[in-house]
Amino acid sequence: MTPSYDAFPLTPEVPTCCTMEESSSRNMRSSEQREEMEKVSEKTVKKRSKDEEDEEQVEVFNFNNKCSEEEEEEEEDRSDSEDSVFSGLEDSGSDSEDDDDDEDLKVEPEQTLQIEEEDKKKEAAVTEVEEEKHEDEYQHDSSDEEDIRNTVGNIPMEWYKDFPHIGYNLDGKKIYKPIRNKDELDDFLDKMEDPNYWRTVHDKQTGSDIVLSDEQVELVNRLQRGQFGDVNFNEYQPQVEFFSQDVMLHPVTNRPADKRSFIPSLIEKEKVSKLVHAIKMGWIKPRRTEDDSRGRYYDLWTNEDSSLLARHKMHLPAPKAPLPGHQESYNPPPEYLFTDEERALWEQQDASDRKLPFVPTRFSSLRQVPAFPRFLHERFERCLDLYLCPRQRKMRVNVNPEDLIPKLPKPKDLQPFPTTQSLVYRGHSGLVRSISVSPSGQWLASGSDDGSVRFWEVCSSRCMKTVQVGGAVKSIAWNPNPSVCLLAVAQDSVVLILSPLLAERQVVLSTERLLSGQREAESTEEAGPVKWSDVEGEELSQGIRLKIQHPKAVHQVTWHAKGDYLASVMPDHSSHLQVFIHQVSRRRSQNPFRKNKGLVQCVSFHPVRPYFFVGTQRSVRIYNLVKQEMTKKLQANSKWISSMAVHPGGDHVICGSYDCRLSWFDLDLSTKPYKMLRHHKKAVRGVAYHRLYPLFASASDDGSVIVCHGTVYSDLLQNPLIVPVKVLRGHVITHDLGVLDVTFHPTQPWIFSSGADATIRLFT
Amino acid sequence: MGGLQKKKYERGSVTNYITRNKARKKLQLSLPDFRRLCILKGIYPHEPKHKKKVNKGSTAARTFYLIKDIRFLLHEPIVGKFRDYKVFVRKLKKAYGKTEWTAVERLKENKPAYKLDHIVKERYPSFIDALRDIDDALCMGFLFSTFARTGKCHVQTIQLCRRLTVEWMNYVIASRSLRKVFISIKGIYYQAEVMGQLVTWLVPYQFSHDHPTDVDYRVMATFTELYTTLLGFINFRLYHSLNLVYPPKLDIKAESELKEEDDEDYAMNSESYLEKLSSLSTSLARVVSTAEEEEAELDKFPVEEEDLETMEAREKEQKQQEAQKKLFEGIKLFLNREVPRESLAFLIRCFGGEVSWDKSVCIGSTYKVTDETITHQIVDRPNIDKQYINRYYIQPQWVYDCVNAKLLLPVEDYFLGVTLPPHLSPFVEEKDGDYVPPEKLKIMALQRGEKPANEQEEEEEEEEEDDEEEEEENEDEDDDEEVEEKNLKKMEEQRSQGKSLPVKVTAGKVKVDNPARLEQEEKAEEKRLAIMMMKKKEKYLYDKIMFGKKRKIREVNKLTAKRKAHDDAEKSKKKKTRK
Repeated sequence: MTPSYDAFPLTPEVPTCCTMEESSSRNMRSSEQREEMEKVSEKTVKKRSKDEEDEEQVEVFNFNNKCSEEEEEEEEDRSDSEDSVFSGLEDSGSDSEDDDDDEDLKVEPEQTLQIEEEDKKKEAAVTEVEEEKHEDEYQHDSSDEEDIRNTVGNIPMEWYKDFPHIGYNLDGKKIYKPIRNKDELDDFLDKMEDPNYWRTVHDKQTGSDIVLSDEQVELVNRLQRGQFGDVNFNEYQPQVEFFSQDVMLHPVTNRPADKRSFIPSLIEKEKVSKLVHAIKMGWIKPRRTEDDSRGRYYDLWTNEDSSLLARHKMHLPAPKAPLPGHQESYNPPPEYLFTDEERALWEQQDASDRKLPFVPTRFSSLRQVPAFPRFLHERFERCLDLYLCPRQRKMRVNVNPEDLIPKLPKPKDLQPFPTTQSLVYRGHSGLVRSISVSPSGQWLASGSDDGSVRFWEVCSSRCMKTVQVGGAVKSIAWNPNPSVCLLAVAQDSVVLILSPLLAERQVVLSTERLLSGQREAESTEEAGPVKWSDVEGEELSQGIRLKIQHPKAVHQVTWHAKGDYLASVMPDHSSHLQVFIHQVSRRRSQNPFRKNKGLVQCVSFHPVRPYFFVGTQRSVRIYNLVKQEMTKKLQANSKWISSMAVHPGGDHVICGSYDCRLSWFDLDLSTKPYKMLRHHKKAVRGVAYHRLYPLFASASDDGSVIVCHGTVYSDLLQNPLIVPVKVLRGHVITHDLGVLDVTFHPTQPWIFSSGADATIRLFT
Repeated sequence: MGGLQKKKYERGSVTNYITRNKARKKLQLSLPDFRRLCILKGIYPHEPKHKKKVNKGSTAARTFYLIKDIRFLLHEPIVGKFRDYKVFVRKLKKAYGKTEWTAVERLKENKPAYKLDHIVKERYPSFIDALRDIDDALCMGFLFSTFARTGKCHVQTIQLCRRLTVEWMNYVIASRSLRKVFISIKGIYYQAEVMGQLVTWLVPYQFSHDHPTDVDYRVMATFTELYTTLLGFINFRLYHSLNLVYPPKLDIKAESELKEEDDEDYAMNSESYLEKLSSLSTSLARVVSTAEEEEAELDKFPVEEEDLETMEAREKEQKQQEAQKKLFEGIKLFLNREVPRESLAFLIRCFGGEVSWDKSVCIGSTYKVTDETITHQIVDRPNIDKQYINRYYIQPQWVYDCVNAKLLLPVEDYFLGVTLPPHLSPFVEEKDGDYVPPEKLKIMALQRGEKPANEQEEEEEEEEEDDEEEEEENEDEDDDEEVEEKNLKKMEEQRSQGKSLPVKVTAGKVKVDNPARLEQEEKAEEKRLAIMMMKKKEKYLYDKIMFGKKRKIREVNKLTAKRKAHDDAEKSKKKKTRK
């Protein structure tokens, strides 16, 4: 049981200590055992004492140890031998098991070393012990005895409370509890009578009562007092300074070096060979030399070769960051600081909409300037721009806006054209829908919504005559033949032929002749949709000579250049009866179209040739009246044509439309407009060509009349020259209507316009 | 007919582009690695002209790269390094997992590293190319050198950035190439002209950064990696162009002086050297020690008369620049401890001035406050207790404004406690029609050599008033005409409504025909008519240009109005105080 010194090879003093403790503890135990044994078997007492003697011997030896180290060896041997013997026996030790195991482990190697020396002594010892064994097998073994009593192990003993036994022995027979039929009274009697009652302890494990011996009681007392269990142990013995400044002559232990220290290690060899193999195979690379080339620079551009330049042709260098303006200054001029409203706006705006990414701020001195909170963000965003933004070369248009304006001939050089408003003809009370100038240029006729047709002298702006026709006048047209003086007026569904008698006698006579020539053929045309009738009575005295009754409301009337034919328009989606051509001399009417080709807006005769222009909603059709077929269809590229005029040469047509456009067609060129003019802001109501001068005009709801110069060349290769020369204003816009009709003076570069403000104006 | 049907999206512009994901797969790189590669190699996405065609009919938002670019990346040796690094990380993880510390150590020692020299050379085949692109590199370098040594990036990177930026500043000082400087609310902008290239950089104020969370530092670090390499090579070349030693060494003479003073204060020699360099107080050692560099004078060539003017202008400019280089020569400044030392020392040294500071502020101070020869002391506090009579106490803005104005401005406006004149951006070049702040006009007058005086100002004011009066008169005339027209219109209206007016003849006023005005009107009318005849496309463009112009005018007017209001307010305040 004594621990071997090997466990503490360096400290010869400590082992003694340990042995002391051990022995004391064992003393304690052995005394316990002794008591038990007294109870159980008296035989053991003897052996016990013997054992004790042994122990004491050991102790003696131990103390001797200090004096002589030679004796120590012997002691060691002995203890070893003892140990080896005991270890074989006590395999199921309760308390000291762990200790024993450790000791066993540590002891083993020494045993091997010292086998030869020990052999003889060991044998002697073994024989000695064997002798003892013969006497009593379990003499020294207290734990075994215990085991016999308690075979159930460390379990709560309550489980056996109701049984007469505790556990079973090897043979499977019950181990009975000692008979014990003490009740409270017995207990009390015991207490009263038994002098040993106070030192009697009940052992639950076995169910027996144990009376403690004097020594045991003493031990308990000592422990309770906090003293060592061993009586003989002196806790105040002088300390031996082992590690001192003195260099000792001898090693602490006299153990010879291990064998393993002379033999090359196999494990190491294996490891080394593994490494060598790994290096050979290239799995482990030799340690790299420290590379400090980072941060070491040289002349990189010693020879600038152009081999890489090819790639760089495509490369777009990143644009540089924009340079800061005055706003970014820490102390900007006061005008760059935000006002309250600007600041509020800035705060409201989304970050991407803001003009400045920061608020201009003023600091009175440099030391007050704080760190910019978005500095890192801005740098990071720049980084992102550099590697994430697609780069594109954008061609910036660097044009002088003046260069964009087309070079046109100066209006001054294109004179004459009307420039100023010179006369205003007042008298109508409703808006003046239509005006017309007599071929002589002396008279102006106007038809108004107030139901009157007025005749004005152009030069004096005097109203010479007023004819009440009894309804709004939609259209009015003076016969272009200078030898007659007739006027066609469209009023609701009636076309009136007026003879205003505002001419010299010759003309009046020829007019009478023209009107009287009709009567011969009168009877023939009765059944048609159009009814011709003469006028009598008061109306005749006013000058109305003929009435042509139409089935529907007439919107426009227009004369042929010869003055014999008259066309009237009745716009209607559903029927083919939209246009009528009347011959005044024969009082005959005919409908030239068999089919409805769309809503007819306006019609016009070709000034020279037998062509007839029909303006429908989106296109202009040109019919050959002789061949009776369509020759051309002009696409106006506008939504709704409002008016149309034919150039006196007959090769050009202009169309005004309600979507503010004026399109000029060159009939020789194409069916598409040669030019679209978007001069007006509002719907174009009327267009007109001048008969002699290269002028045309357009009137619009925005209250303006725009006069353009439009030279037409007889040379086919030269395109017409169109130059706006004057914007004439004067009419007042009433009820969203501006200028309603426009017409040129037949000989002078003058222009008349009639407007919704019930006036007619002359611009010269 | 016959033949195979043509497949869609297999020819044409589709073949020129590749989406980012596909490119990544082709290169077998992870997205971060791909990003890094793009940053290092300077590959940027391209916007195809017809996105839908290139995107194979889909309109999903995708980033496209040129397929040529990606093919070019395939041969990049760094891609291999990236893969090595991936393997390295994997091995390291494994070793950690197995707790094989020797293996970890060994792996760490063999950590794959790459160099960017060849990339720099490839991206910038000539030195001038590199110089042209140095702006961002400098900005980033200055930013990173202000980072704390902990946390966001490697300490080595920060140190390297600091070293390179200090080298750059030293070069600028040595070559005296600084041109403009601007204190903005973001930081201080500097502009230098290096070998004919304008280089602008921004230095943040010296505060610790509170690092935002929405910034990816890996991206910035990758950029910095490239930029430090670039900067290093550029610095090397620049130093050699001036016959300076690289890495920079202090002048031996100066060094010995410094050593005597400061050896005890700095424990680490290596650090103290950089500190001394960064103090910017001493000149650098040269390879071949020359006397003062001779002035490069323009050779005179026989030139024709047309070129003569430009030549003269160039000469004048050259002279001006020379003068600017010596702006602070002969001036001895002392920096108080509250002013930004590095920026001011850099500036003053760039323009040949002498500068010093308190010894405890930084290493490298050359003289003390008590030096009697100091001419200017830069102070940024309301007042100072002990003042020397023979020196000006001025605020730091004076130095910056002097540099921008290219002349020594009068110091009166910059005394202690005086409200400073506004600090203007030198980068704004006003064209005619732009708003020019009055302060700028004043400086321009100074540059021209005119004397600024209070009298003049007053005169100006008077003139202004006169102008106003004249304008008012003009307005009155206009008003008269307008009134007449109105009357006429009224009459017309009344007449049109059929009301008979009381017929009377009023004496007509004789209208004075102003021929000039008439002509102007005529011209305006002509223009208006011509504009009507513009083609649709041109009209659109014209309108756009005119809109831009009008907006600009509006802005200028707004600024002027604001300024006027401010000035008036100031004036009235002044009057009040006077009363």
